[in-house]
Amino acid sequence: MFRTALRNVLAHKARLLMTVLAVMLGVAFVSGTLVFTNTISDAYQKSSAKGFDHVDVAVRAKYQESKGNQVGKDAKLTRTLLDRAAKAPGAASATGVVTGFTAIADKDGKLLGGGWQSAGGNYAGPKDARYPLVSGHAPRGKDEILIDSKTADRAGYKVGDTVRISVDGPVLTPRISGIFTTDDGNVAAGGSLALFDTPTAQALFGKKGTYDEIDVKAAAGTSQAALKAGLDKALPSHLVETTTGKQLADDQAQMISSSMSGLKQSLLVFAGIALFVGTFIIANTFTMLVAQRTKELALMRAVGASRRQVTRSVLIEAFVVGTVAGVTGLVAGIGIGAGLRSLLGSFGASMPDGPLVITPGTVVAALAVGIVITVLAAWLPGRRAAKIPPVAAMSSVHAQATTKSLVLRNTFGALFSAAGVAVVLAATSMDADAAQGPMGLGAVLLIIGVFILTPLLSRPLIAAAAPVLRVFGVSGKLARQNSVRNPRRTAATASALMIGLTLITGMTVMAGSLQAAIDKMASSAVRADYVVSMANRGPLSPDVAEKLASVDGVTASSPLRNAESRINGETEFLTGVNGPVIGELTDLKVQDGRFKVGGTQVVVDKDRAKQYGWRAGSQFTAHYEDGKAQKLTVAGIYEGNDLLNGIIVDDKAITPHLKDPADMQVMVKTADGASSATKDKLEKALGSNPAIKVQDKQDISNDIAKMFTMMLNMVYGLLGMAVIVAVLGVINTLAMSVFERSQEIGMLRAIGLDRKAVKRMVRLESLVISLFGGVLGIGLGVFFGWAAGELLGTKMPTYELVLPWGRMTVFLLLAAVVGVLAALWPARRAARLNMLAAIKAE
Amino acid sequence: MTTTPTAGRTTAVAARATELSKIYGQGETRVVALDRVSVDFRQAEFTAIMGPSGSGKSTLMHCVAGLDSFSSGSVRIGETELGSLKDRQLTKLRRDKIGFIFQAFNLLPTLTALENITLPMDIAGRKADKAWLDQVIQMVGLSGRLSHRPSQLSGGQQQRVAVARALASKPEIIFGDEPTGNLDSRSGAEVLGFLRNSVRELGQTVVMVTHDPVAAAYADRVVFLADGRIVDEIYGPTADSVLDLMKQFDAKGRTS
Repeated sequence: MFRTALRNVLAHKARLLMTVLAVMLGVAFVSGTLVFTNTISDAYQKSSAKGFDHVDVAVRAKYQESKGNQVGKDAKLTRTLLDRAAKAPGAASATGVVTGFTAIADKDGKLLGGGWQSAGGNYAGPKDARYPLVSGHAPRGKDEILIDSKTADRAGYKVGDTVRISVDGPVLTPRISGIFTTDDGNVAAGGSLALFDTPTAQALFGKKGTYDEIDVKAAAGTSQAALKAGLDKALPSHLVETTTGKQLADDQAQMISSSMSGLKQSLLVFAGIALFVGTFIIANTFTMLVAQRTKELALMRAVGASRRQVTRSVLIEAFVVGTVAGVTGLVAGIGIGAGLRSLLGSFGASMPDGPLVITPGTVVAALAVGIVITVLAAWLPGRRAAKIPPVAAMSSVHAQATTKSLVLRNTFGALFSAAGVAVVLAATSMDADAAQGPMGLGAVLLIIGVFILTPLLSRPLIAAAAPVLRVFGVSGKLARQNSVRNPRRTAATASALMIGLTLITGMTVMAGSLQAAIDKMASSAVRADYVVSMANRGPLSPDVAEKLASVDGVTASSPLRNAESRINGETEFLTGVNGPVIGELTDLKVQDGRFKVGGTQVVVDKDRAKQYGWRAGSQFTAHYEDGKAQKLTVAGIYEGNDLLNGIIVDDKAITPHLKDPADMQVMVKTADGASSATKDKLEKALGSNPAIKVQDKQDISNDIAKMFTMMLNMVYGLLGMAVIVAVLGVINTLAMSVFERSQEIGMLRAIGLDRKAVKRMVRLESLVISLFGGVLGIGLGVFFGWAAGELLGTKMPTYELVLPWGRMTVFLLLAAVVGVLAALWPARRAARLNMLAAIKAE
Repeated sequence: MTTTPTAGRTTAVAARATELSKIYGQGETRVVALDRVSVDFRQAEFTAIMGPSGSGKSTLMHCVAGLDSFSSGSVRIGETELGSLKDRQLTKLRRDKIGFIFQAFNLLPTLTALENITLPMDIAGRKADKAWLDQVIQMVGLSGRLSHRPSQLSGGQQQRVAVARALASKPEIIFGDEPTGNLDSRSGAEVLGFLRNSVRELGQTVVMVTHDPVAAAYADRVVFLADGRIVDEIYGPTADSVLDLMKQFDAKGRTS
């Protein structure tokens, strides 16, 4: 039996090619994902472990939880604690570490790195073992700075150059006193690191006289555990906690691998989609192979093979195909894993180096996926093969699909589709959080239903294309009839394409609508011309707000100042604004009372009002971080949104209570409105600061658009694999059809259909199938996009469905291109067919 | 030899092969399928080509009908010399000037009987001559079944559709490759009757390859091939005379 199966595989090499390719691509996706994520994760872990080489035990401040009316805060790691740590038993030395945000500008004044990865720190003492100097000397005073060698190379900075930096607002221009190398993971990943001497770092990062961490080095012969025990005794345990370097490295490794596993899982979801699409091709191929071999299989039954043996012979074939696809897919996946890393590297996303990691798990997973998917998909055709009666060996006709089973199929399909639509519709009227499950279930039911119904849908939908096809004469007519000749096959082929396009369209509709909604929200709630913020969305020095307010032409400006407080035993972050003008800068709908902020008058959003049972005129007490309390009065209740919500108070009321006042944003309105001249003026007033972004509404909207475009492009790229597999499916189906119809094509050629017309016939059939899948996919995608939007709409008042007509046209054209491309090879084969051999072949 | 030409027949030639040779392979594997065959197919004549398996009878028909290429010699259909034609021109020639009836797979299963009949004209983008079409359909007795699909027709009916298709475009010559090979004797007789009538009544030219003496007896003339050469021909054959001649070849084949 095994030998027969193997011979069959070898005999049908060409016909199985597309199937092997389809499975191979899916397996390559899976193994590529595993190899890539394992490799990166391994490299990051190694590089971060190196970063802890200088730490035997780290001492960190304990967070003092908020209690009652007391705002929580970190304990302080003071000089005293540092000295005590250095003298603890087993300690060789102790280094106080200070960290913060430091933006570095390149020679054109632009921010180096992405903003999020611009780090700063302290260089402790005359020689800090953490950061070996390549050139220059340690920084002294506030006018000297060290930068890492990667950043220096990138920007072309040398020792002695003056560099523009910013920590929380004001621009500083220190001189580069030296350049150092580091294993820091952030720098390895493309970020920058600037170091100051310790007092300067403490002053700049707002931590005068304190440290973020104390790194203690063990004396020779003292273990990390012993040192930790010594430190625990020497330091007050209610203020600090100690962790060994090994523990830190392990925690970091754990964090990296869990964040990688998130990436791995989402990539595997897309790989799963590609594999799922692949199953359609496998099932199609084996169904066709079984149909073509009806006589052969019947003969085997006639000479005594049992049903089970026939099924098994088909499954063994599938097993062989799956194994071949699994092995080649694994090899391709390793290539993808290796290639992806260097590809990302060439895009400028630097990553730590490391060897390619191929675990036994990857190998097993690749082979198992290839084999299991193929055998499962071939199971139904195998069962059908077993049902061929021995007498079929004597008759000349191939087994035809009966209409009866289509009736059953249509009934099932209609039930599934109806249930799917009903569940999705029901879910849209449910609460957004509770509806996610039903929505997903409905979507799956509907997709299955439509898939089952595609044979039925193919007739009317393809008939609708008849007037267009008529233009192409006989080729068009024959193409149309050929495409509905075997509805199951056409359906399976089109469904493969449908799945990819459903997801792509759904995502596009959702992303487009969401983008429009966020855009609208951002612009409708804000009347200010400009919003000024830090590149890393970090806190701005109050300096910035003051500077902006005094710029010529600014009519109104307000910071959004953050103040933690305790109200009724709960932590609330108050937003301090410039009370008299906040009404000019925002446009928030008022539900109750009036929008008045000033003195102790505040406004609260309706969620808070509901939570605390406030109405206009209610009074409450806020306890600040300095321990003082203040009585505030609710002047009005407004409708909050994702940009502005919570309790809005006058900044003059809260600033006296804050140790380090810091603003999240500053809103600015100007006499002339938004223009590049105004923007220039504002940027100049802030000293052309690399760390600060001055954005008008258009900039913000562009930022939002950029984010969505990036996300969509990523999804397109990942779903592209599923589309490629679907294209293989179309090629496969056409090649099989051409093979099965070679006698007909021979006859057509004999009675005068020329090669061009034969090619056109195959191409048009391909086009019809692809467009059929495309129309179904886009239709379903729009429905799902709409349904998901209905859910989002309940959370986002500005949400409304935006149909991306342009994109949808592009998708349909894409389906057409898929059709034309997929037909290239089968059409050529059909046109080159040897007429005489085809006519004579029995 | 009984080679008297039928009296009263026109002598214009519909197709002519001159010194036609077809050679497969080279050196050791060289096979001569046709060896300098010269033969005329006259207009309004029904010719049967006979011969044992491997005699080259099908090859001869395929070469003359523009379905296959040949090694040397010349073939003319009407005034057209086939040897110099490219695939496109050959296809056009087959479409416009030649009708075909094959042993099997004659019809497209997706088209109705009528659509199958008008297929060559659809391919050419021409309108069918309605009166002529009706006459042909009438003759083959398919009037009631024009909207049926091939799977709904019997083998004999399918072959009658094929005959109608060959006749409908008024080709200069019709080639049949064992057109009754898959039919029972009654259906076969019907089909052959139509072909003979088309020659007698409509002046059609028909060339048919067959191995069946009874089928050959419907023809005006039978050409015998053996080993790629024409070895004999009979005018006004009967099943018996054909059978006798075949027996002679068999005997010769055994003694040589």
